[in-house]
Amino acid sequence: MSIPPNSYRSGPDDKGHFGGYGGRFVAETLMPLVLDLERAYDAARDDPAFRGELGAMLKDYVGRESPLYYAERLTQHLGGAKIYLKREDLNHTGAHKINNCLGQILLARRMGKTRIIAETGAGQHGVATATVAARFGLPCVVYMGEVDIERQKPNVFRMKLLGAEVRPVTSGSRTLKDAMNEALRDWVANVHDTFYIIGSAAGPHPYPAMVRDFQTVIGNETRAQMQAKEGRLPDLVVACVGGGSNAIGMFHPFLDDASVAIHGVEASGDGLDTERHAATLSKGSPGVLHGARSYLLQDRDGQINEAHSVSAGLDYPGVGPEHAWLKDQGRVQYFSASDKDALAAFQLLSKLEGIIPALESAHAVAHVMRVAPQMESDKLIAICLSGRGDKDVFSVAAALGEKI
Amino acid sequence: MSRIADRFAALRRDNRAAFVPFITAGDPDFETALALLQALPEAGADLIELGIPFSDPMADGPVNQASYLRALASGMTLPKVLDMVRKFRKGDAKTPIVLMGSYNPIHAYGTARFAKDAAEAGIDGLLIVDLPPEEDEVLRAPAALHGLDVVRFVTPTSDAKRLDTILDGASGYLYYVSMAGITGTKVISSDETEAAVARLRARTRLPATVGFGIKTPEQAAAVARFADGVVVGTAIVARVYENVNAKRAALVANVAEFCSELANSVHAARGKDV
Ligand SMILES: Cc1ncc(COP(=O)(O)O)c(C=O)c1O
Repeated sequence: MSIPPNSYRSGPDDKGHFGGYGGRFVAETLMPLVLDLERAYDAARDDPAFRGELGAMLKDYVGRESPLYYAERLTQHLGGAKIYLKREDLNHTGAHKINNCLGQILLARRMGKTRIIAETGAGQHGVATATVAARFGLPCVVYMGEVDIERQKPNVFRMKLLGAEVRPVTSGSRTLKDAMNEALRDWVANVHDTFYIIGSAAGPHPYPAMVRDFQTVIGNETRAQMQAKEGRLPDLVVACVGGGSNAIGMFHPFLDDASVAIHGVEASGDGLDTERHAATLSKGSPGVLHGARSYLLQDRDGQINEAHSVSAGLDYPGVGPEHAWLKDQGRVQYFSASDKDALAAFQLLSKLEGIIPALESAHAVAHVMRVAPQMESDKLIAICLSGRGDKDVFSVAAALGEKI
Repeated sequence: MSRIADRFAALRRDNRAAFVPFITAGDPDFETALALLQALPEAGADLIELGIPFSDPMADGPVNQASYLRALASGMTLPKVLDMVRKFRKGDAKTPIVLMGSYNPIHAYGTARFAKDAAEAGIDGLLIVDLPPEEDEVLRAPAALHGLDVVRFVTPTSDAKRLDTILDGASGYLYYVSMAGITGTKVISSDETEAAVARLRARTRLPATVGFGIKTPEQAAAVARFADGVVVGTAIVARVYENVNAKRAALVANVAEFCSELANSVHAARGKDV
């Protein structure tokens, strides 16, 4: 379609565009803040003191680096490529989300902000934000859709224990997109003291690039660990895609390695041919929502459709703009896994490896269950296991029709 | 001259501020909203802001969001918004209409084609809340081609440097957002707003309207003393909602009556001073 760029890793441009995606589609009230944030982030990124502080916290507070674990029994069971799991589930708070939250709260402190807000779907980002807010003694408000509050009760209570205020969002579909609307409204109304910690590689520039940078620790470690264990790079890298933060963090360091195939896995809910899915890149079309141009689930009139997935963290009708660009470039291929596939993978990984994955991450595992058997046994796969499934046991029990 | 420029020039000659009501196209349904739109000039509207319903408005409070959802539930779409204006234009060739809303419905329609169709339908300007100057080129170019103004926002967070960016390429008039927040949540401080409008006057000859947070005839009059236009949105939308169960004619009469009070108050405001 077009000439491949010299590097897939050089975006965004100075207006925050990845090709035709991204940008800063926000109310004028927010523009000075978004510009201010960009300046502050650029300065922090180049400051060894900031990087040192973040590195130390990632090590001693989050517990990095996270292991790259050879899933021997899963590999044997599937009978194909050798499968490694990047264990983000072992991070403090149980998911990759904390990598980003730490980076952003350190930036908030540098900028002199005194109040933290966030949106959350599965509650993992809310928990991670509440955690770092507690650690640094800042008041924290987390917006969460009523539907998600119901299906992620353990995380709601966790946030409260951590001292955060969880504000239920009752508008729209009462899920992640509505929580994001509400958080943006809060930010518009409290511009002077508030820092908005966005939980995925989405939103207006500089968020997609900033969140990606904070998450590339996943891919950078995976690269080095795979080199150390196998003496070479993986042949395939896989991650689930909600807003796209764990995926872009895993993928970005590999984008310019032509030998590495990269697969993102979206949630197809009841199925791609139904109305009930969250497969934005597979089934959506470009549009503008939450500050960026990217793929969206929308109708012909540009109204946003509701997404559906058993996994609250993937239940979002948008996706980060860099993924939209990578899809159009053909550098990353996007697939999907249904609720049923994810539930099967959730159980399989639990039984074979003694690792209960987050339902989000189970989508990536489900995809590998399909592709690994097709690959030779000397091929290497690295899956980003973005989180652990403790938060999901109630909803999985309900989906399987079991009472606990 | 455009309808917008004509209208502000005439108001300046009369030493009056414009009364600018906002209603949502299609709230609670197409026919009622059209009847209300048609009643607004008679009720004293000098310029009308017509809201494009959107499922996920970022810059609106709960009252306006609920009105968009009512409109969408009644089957409203962007092509129907244009249709409504075409029908309005059959009876009114003078009152400027500015569409206000989020970008995505326009993006889905096709931005360039939309500018053409909107101008042909009799729309005069576009006020797109999530297209800041950094992103509005896609709309400004085709809009200029078809004689549509792309109105820009100025806010309490716009410093002198930001104002340079906003004024570079602004047309029609400026919309001063009188508080940092979403539509319809807080009440504004008219002293701070007056100072802000004075700063704008020193920089541009474009008319400055003020909106967000103006709810009563008294507040409207206070702003009308110094601004070129006073926008009242949420308070009117709330009136529509209070009357959703009434007969169409009764709803229109009730909301128009409220608009007349606001208009009278805006139009008399400067007279009281001199
Ligand atoms: C464990 C886990 N993985 C993945 C996601 C999806 O987010 P993203 O696509 O930004 O990684 C979430 C979101 O809540 C999550 O909790």
